[in-house]
Amino acid sequence: MPRFLSSRPDSRLIPLPWELPLSQWPEDHLVALPRGISRHVVRFIKVGNAVYAAKEVLEHLALHEYRLLTELHRAGTPSVEPLAVITGRLGSEDQPLDPVLVTRHLEFSLPYRSLFAQGVRSETVGRLLDALVLLLARLHLVGFLWGDVSLSNVLFRRDAGEFAAYLVDAETGEMHPRLTDGQREHDLAIATTNLFGEFCDLEAGKLLDDSLDPQRLVDSILARYRELWAELTGAEEFSDTEMFRIEKRVRRLNALGFDVAELAIDTSPDGSRLRIQPKVVDAGHHSRRLLRLTGLDVEENQARRLLNDLDTFRARSNQASVDEAVVAHRWVTESFAPVVAAVPDDLRGKREGAQIFHEVLDYRWYASQREQREVPLLEATAGYIRDVLTTLPDEAIAPEAVHLDGRQLANPYDPSAGFVDDSDEPMPVDPWEDIEESEPEPGPAYLDIDALRARSKPSPQ
Amino acid sequence: MATVSFQQATRVYPGGDKPAVDKLELEIGDGEFMVLVGPSGCGKSTSLRMLAGLEEVNEGKIFIGDRDVTDLPPKDRDIAMVFQNYALYPHMTVADNMGFALKMAGIPKAERDTRVMEAAKLLGLEEFLARKPKALSGGQRQRVAMGRAIVRQPQVFLMDEPLSNLDAKLRVSTRTQISALVTRLGVTTVYVTHDQIEAMTMGDRVAVMKDGLLQQVDSPLALYDHPANLFVAGFIGSPAMNLIEGKIVEGGVRVGDFVMPVAREILAKAAGEDSLVLGVRPENLVVAEQGLAIDVDLVEELGADGYVYGTMAGLDTAEKLKAQQIVARISTRTPPQRGTSVKLNVADPKLMHVFSKATQQRLND
Repeated sequence: MPRFLSSRPDSRLIPLPWELPLSQWPEDHLVALPRGISRHVVRFIKVGNAVYAAKEVLEHLALHEYRLLTELHRAGTPSVEPLAVITGRLGSEDQPLDPVLVTRHLEFSLPYRSLFAQGVRSETVGRLLDALVLLLARLHLVGFLWGDVSLSNVLFRRDAGEFAAYLVDAETGEMHPRLTDGQREHDLAIATTNLFGEFCDLEAGKLLDDSLDPQRLVDSILARYRELWAELTGAEEFSDTEMFRIEKRVRRLNALGFDVAELAIDTSPDGSRLRIQPKVVDAGHHSRRLLRLTGLDVEENQARRLLNDLDTFRARSNQASVDEAVVAHRWVTESFAPVVAAVPDDLRGKREGAQIFHEVLDYRWYASQREQREVPLLEATAGYIRDVLTTLPDEAIAPEAVHLDGRQLANPYDPSAGFVDDSDEPMPVDPWEDIEESEPEPGPAYLDIDALRARSKPSPQ
Repeated sequence: MATVSFQQATRVYPGGDKPAVDKLELEIGDGEFMVLVGPSGCGKSTSLRMLAGLEEVNEGKIFIGDRDVTDLPPKDRDIAMVFQNYALYPHMTVADNMGFALKMAGIPKAERDTRVMEAAKLLGLEEFLARKPKALSGGQRQRVAMGRAIVRQPQVFLMDEPLSNLDAKLRVSTRTQISALVTRLGVTTVYVTHDQIEAMTMGDRVAVMKDGLLQQVDSPLALYDHPANLFVAGFIGSPAMNLIEGKIVEGGVRVGDFVMPVAREILAKAAGEDSLVLGVRPENLVVAEQGLAIDVDLVEELGADGYVYGTMAGLDTAEKLKAQQIVARISTRTPPQRGTSVKLNVADPKLMHVFSKATQQRLND
């Protein structure tokens, strides 16, 4: 009988056909969603209304990843939510099957390949890299050594005009109390190599805009990371006449989306010089504030945009003296909720609520400019739904999987199986594989000391 | 290619009360395959990461060739961590999948092609170079990953439990392939594993670590035949060496009602101690007229040989459960039967290992 390890048990997982290898699961349990190529068997499975990702891996890896993801999730780092590890699986002939790690599918998430398949402008690539670098810095801040930084191991979500990156593969990760510079440099070296490979691959697949050069893109990752890391952790020294620089530093960190939980301030013995260094910073400056005021849980840049709109709402409705939480409540009921409610059910899979609100605000700004009048919010919403939303692809359950990179997949559930139009010429003969085939199954775990002695005979001790 | 030298290299984790790696002194020869082995927490992985630049060296130094790399960032050390990057890119050919990092390093195309071709020949992948990677088997993917490290032509390969993510069958074949490749390439390699069988079958030399301390470094056979202390004796070999404690008496060590003869000069080294630990490999025990009386609990036959598992004779059931297991490899056509008693002795007194119980160190040569 399979055994379920989970801190949030979902009983609907239990009746699934665990006695079958994932690659043989019947289609009525599967969903074709866009995803990267994996060295393991990965399938998206339907469980009630929810979609989960299932990955077949060796037991120690499955448990390791489950625990790491749980830890990252607890630390509030953007990563997929682990749900369960199913061990002790036996096949129909009682042969043992590898355990399965189940994670929640991140709604409205986009693998980089499906973004590039739609054609990506160079600013968008910059935004994707910014999101990846921010994720990497946040992981490094909590002591997570990733070990396999790559676009394939990340999912992107729209975040107002930017992107938010989520870690999806923690297999190679390690949690440390604090990372050394060498560990961070190691992750960066892996990141540049992997991303260079991924960009070259997109280039080879004619999916990378000609104006983009893989080398320059990866160089920019290093520059972006180092700049961000210096701002988040670097020390700054100034004279006592420049006290305003403390406030300035905090504001810069807020603008980057971070709250300063601990700032070390040291003064020189005579008090004429100061040295400040952030010791603990927490991401989510804007999203936390919005959550506190409105209960809305959205991405950081969406929160920034919504908070700006909330401030405008407050100023316009002359409520400057009213308690912020009261105003926030009115803003939700009078602005935010009506816009989201106006979206017809069949279009809700295109974008999530906060992103729609952000896009409506953009739409209204352009419409107002164009028509030289202030377009009311609900009118703008109707226009946005008509002109924009209906033309967008469904991103909740995106259909690109079947046409990944503009080509049709041989197996819609498994991009690793290649494309329909791939040539099917026979594989060349591989003498090494033949040797492997003829090797006996590994026997009991004994050290064959006689073989070892025989091997080292030519050079007697 | 280069030598690697750890000189009193020490790593103390912040807040740690004792070093994770304590004054490691290890010289690795040019082209040598050195395996670091030990139980979890012994410092083997930390040592490798100090060499890679991932862990700070708090005291001591590390050299690659005649370069002091102690404070260099990882990318300036001219090392390659093998198998850290498995991903295969579907639009690129196998050749490009192997050589793309050289392009990033600015190496000219002609040179890249030469290096990729050389690596492909070594890896049996020439026929695959022009193909896309989609239909490659697990083993072939492993070899492409290996190829990525080979084309970089580093001074040192570093491998941190590279086989732990593979299933049992792929593990055995990849093990053989790595050994063969590294021998042919002649590149200095440092390989970390917790598996002593892997260590013994792969390494030119094996460094056994425990609690941050290097216990012994030697060829696999020397470790097997001359373990320097009780830890190495028990850790190397499988089934493990029988380690039997006994009281020092005139002419030897008494175990149960039998006195195992131990030479006077060895006993003299244990002045002031009243007990010693005797070590005998399972294959060095024979059924004899005189010897340790053993109750046979299990006989496992493997072809011409059999392993006999038992406990000291004359114990009651409760004692038996707690008693130490004795294992002997018996190559007779009529192995002892389960439930019977046999007497076991050392085939040749020279094959017995004698350890001090107090210092845990080896006493005989």
